[in-house]
Amino acid sequence: MRVPAGESVAAAVLVHALDHTRTTPVSHAPRAPFCMMGVCFECVMEIDGIANRQACLVPVAEGMQIRRQHGTGRIDE
Amino acid sequence: MSKSARLAVIGAGPAGLSAATLAAELGLDVVLIDEQASPGGQIYRALAEAPAKRIDLLGDDYRRGRALLRALHTSGAEYWPDTSVWSLDQNRTLGILRAGRAAMLQFEQVIIAGGAMERPVPFPGWTLPGVMNLGAAQILLKSAGVVPAGGTVIAGVGPLLLLVARQYLRAGVAVKAVLEISPRSNMLRAAPHLLRATAGGSYLRRGVKYTADIMRAGVPIHYGVSRLRAHGDRHIESVEFASHGWRGRCDRMLATDSLLVHFGVTPRTSLVCAAGGRLAWDTSLQCWRTQVDQWGNTSVDGIAVAGDAAGIGGAISAEHSGRLAALAAASSLGHITAAERDRLSHADIAWRRKDLRIRPFLNALYRIPPEFLVPDDATIVCRCEEITAGQIRAAVREGHTDPNQVKFLLRCGMGPCQGRQCASSVAHIVSATRQIPAAACAPFRVRPPISPLSIEQLAELSMADE
Amino acid sequence: MTNATAKIFDTVIVGGGLMGSSTALQLALAGQRVVVLEKDHPGRHASGSNAGGLRRLNRHPAEIPLAVAAAEMWRNIAALVDSDCDVKLCGQVRVAESTADLEMLQKRVALVRSLGYEHEQLIDRDQLYRLVPTLAPHCLGALYAAGDGFARPYHTLTAFRRKAESLGVVFHSGHRVQALEQLAAGWRVVTEHGGFTGRTLVNAAGAWADRICALLDEPVPMTVGAPMMMVTERLPHFLDLVVGAASRMLSFKQMQNGTVLIGGAHLAAHDMAHETTAIDFTKLRESARTVRALFPHMKSVRIVRAWAGLEAFMPDRLPVISESARAPGVFHAFGFSAHGFQLAPIIGRILAEHITGRPGPLRLEAFRIERFNTTNAIAESQ
Repeated sequence: MRVPAGESVAAAVLVHALDHTRTTPVSHAPRAPFCMMGVCFECVMEIDGIANRQACLVPVAEGMQIRRQHGTGRIDE
Repeated sequence: MSKSARLAVIGAGPAGLSAATLAAELGLDVVLIDEQASPGGQIYRALAEAPAKRIDLLGDDYRRGRALLRALHTSGAEYWPDTSVWSLDQNRTLGILRAGRAAMLQFEQVIIAGGAMERPVPFPGWTLPGVMNLGAAQILLKSAGVVPAGGTVIAGVGPLLLLVARQYLRAGVAVKAVLEISPRSNMLRAAPHLLRATAGGSYLRRGVKYTADIMRAGVPIHYGVSRLRAHGDRHIESVEFASHGWRGRCDRMLATDSLLVHFGVTPRTSLVCAAGGRLAWDTSLQCWRTQVDQWGNTSVDGIAVAGDAAGIGGAISAEHSGRLAALAAASSLGHITAAERDRLSHADIAWRRKDLRIRPFLNALYRIPPEFLVPDDATIVCRCEEITAGQIRAAVREGHTDPNQVKFLLRCGMGPCQGRQCASSVAHIVSATRQIPAAACAPFRVRPPISPLSIEQLAELSMADE
Repeated sequence: MTNATAKIFDTVIVGGGLMGSSTALQLALAGQRVVVLEKDHPGRHASGSNAGGLRRLNRHPAEIPLAVAAAEMWRNIAALVDSDCDVKLCGQVRVAESTADLEMLQKRVALVRSLGYEHEQLIDRDQLYRLVPTLAPHCLGALYAAGDGFARPYHTLTAFRRKAESLGVVFHSGHRVQALEQLAAGWRVVTEHGGFTGRTLVNAAGAWADRICALLDEPVPMTVGAPMMMVTERLPHFLDLVVGAASRMLSFKQMQNGTVLIGGAHLAAHDMAHETTAIDFTKLRESARTVRALFPHMKSVRIVRAWAGLEAFMPDRLPVISESARAPGVFHAFGFSAHGFQLAPIIGRILAEHITGRPGPLRLEAFRIERFNTTNAIAESQ
């Protein structure tokens, strides 16, 4: 995926029309970015192996690994 | 990282920019702290980097921010972008996160200019992907030039619906409908305020022009919309609503894979709450705001709030209140006398008063009807923990009569957003269920960190006195 | 203020927290008419904000009989309050990170055995890592109590309150005690909403219990502390047990919903004038370092919230469970020093037994209020 530098991860995934960016840990319902300003925490994704990162606050970087988060996400390391 | 700054201004929107700029010009040692990568707040988001074509599309209200950015640049204020604030206590110790490192810094004065957020209004289906805040869509447009490619429905209250619909039409986006939920009875409520609303006439004229432009493009505008719901399985597929025209109610369904909603904005209060500052329920705004004096001083010594975080006044009013807070801080720190402060503040006080005159009119005209404030039992209110209005009502009836008890029992407001998306809805539901004024409900107690901090960041936290 | 409407009860309980509610429930079961007066709302402070630990492990010897009896009640708590209170009896461990720790735990086991109890045992390294696979690899063994665990505090309090209400107990929120008046046979408790009269008065006022004592002219060396807690975002399941450490302040558990609750009785700053607490980040940092040392995989996990609840502490860290030494018909239950939650069911039963004149076999000498007036006060331990 190629996106302009400086853009947020959330903007990048929305451009590429991912229909949802996470499922909830409670009911596994699909969710997508909602506020784009760091308030609602709906956009959390697994970014570079770390779960629960707010995609609307993280700028895209070269080689970044972005994964849809399922429920609680995984804890690596 | 400078530890000697005496004034911290939090938030680089119009209030924070003008506060930091004036304070620095008055000789204060000031640092402007902002979560975003570039200054401007949400209103002037990404203004410094936006291409000319995008700025043209967004218009003069957006372009206006350039002067503020220039002024900051020459003021000498220190500016920390990409820095989030996760704690503030009554001693003005600020917890910040910058470049992945957490630190606590103490300041002599703090001005919170955290701005507003879009009012969360729960309705059936509002959690479906494809449903997004209209302001969020504006942020996408400002920062990334992104628009809903497949067309959209715009719903909610107020002039932003028309403004964005018009921008989208100019950008070639198909706007399928504009759904305005404020009932016609609001006009009667608003009319008495019109005389005092200085800019009321030009405001209404602009509204008429936008409306005409949108209708000329063939976009239906529905007024007095109720029973709004988004349908879809894993993503929104359609929006259902009832429109109330002169000929009575009409139920409608529109196929769409995008619904943008906007129900006005409410002050962001987490940080001032964390510091123990008092809030007041604003019956006109239908939400909490910070209790402040004319300078923006909160109930906590040395902590002021400027701009929309104190109560909604809009971008221009925010500039004035930012300057007033800066004058008060300069006077508290002894850089100017109280007499100088008063003299320097005349123009801002006058302009701000004039600018705010339209607010009672707007608040009345775009008052959210009870149906939207107090949702049906099945509607999710707490997006994080997926708690429904019905569960909240049941908890209240079982004797958990205060929002904080509801939170303890249901975890409503205990998720990562810390209640930002459900606090006012819980207050409305508690108030409606108990038949007491919302003002009688206590706001959620805010617990630090107000934005999450990792174990590693906390373990490596550097303290103010180390 | 005169009060025409009779507000006359057998027992008036001051404090709507878990101790007060548990006592109210047991008294109601014994047929008493009871009123509970709560200055805020039930669970506003310690009872709503504690860690919910159900721990016999490493209790003061004087508390062991109470904790063991309470554990019996927790095992079947639904029979008492019609709700399981989200009890999870998953076991608790106290890990040893050094040979010195291990020796300390060995002594502990010997002590518990000598008192005739079997609930605590020493487990070796292999057993420990089978129970807690994500623990950092340097630990050597642990003290283990298989039947310990945790419950959800506010749910537990609600269950006790609702059961008590169903038996006729009256709870009044927003009723702060202003004065106590001794009557010919009992007490009149004055609040801004009127007076409440009872033959017996119970002081279960938590962090405000010393003020009730002061009204009774029975001063106690109680202090107030606010143990801090923090909770993470939801995580995939990785931990069944509650984990503590022999030489660190830690209580670490994963809740049913996946969040991890981290405590350890580091104290927040507090302000009794405003009844508020303020997180002490230097100490919270210590807590995070402990977590990082024992659960390195938690490094990038995020803390969502930290808080602290106001609690009463006694100099010897043992509660006061006692008839008043000065005021007839007054019973005290306070000063649980941040480990009262597990004891609550048995405290209610013991107080009800004493109030109704049918004391059971559990001995309360160590918890008498008079101990602070004598020179042979029980030495602080733990």
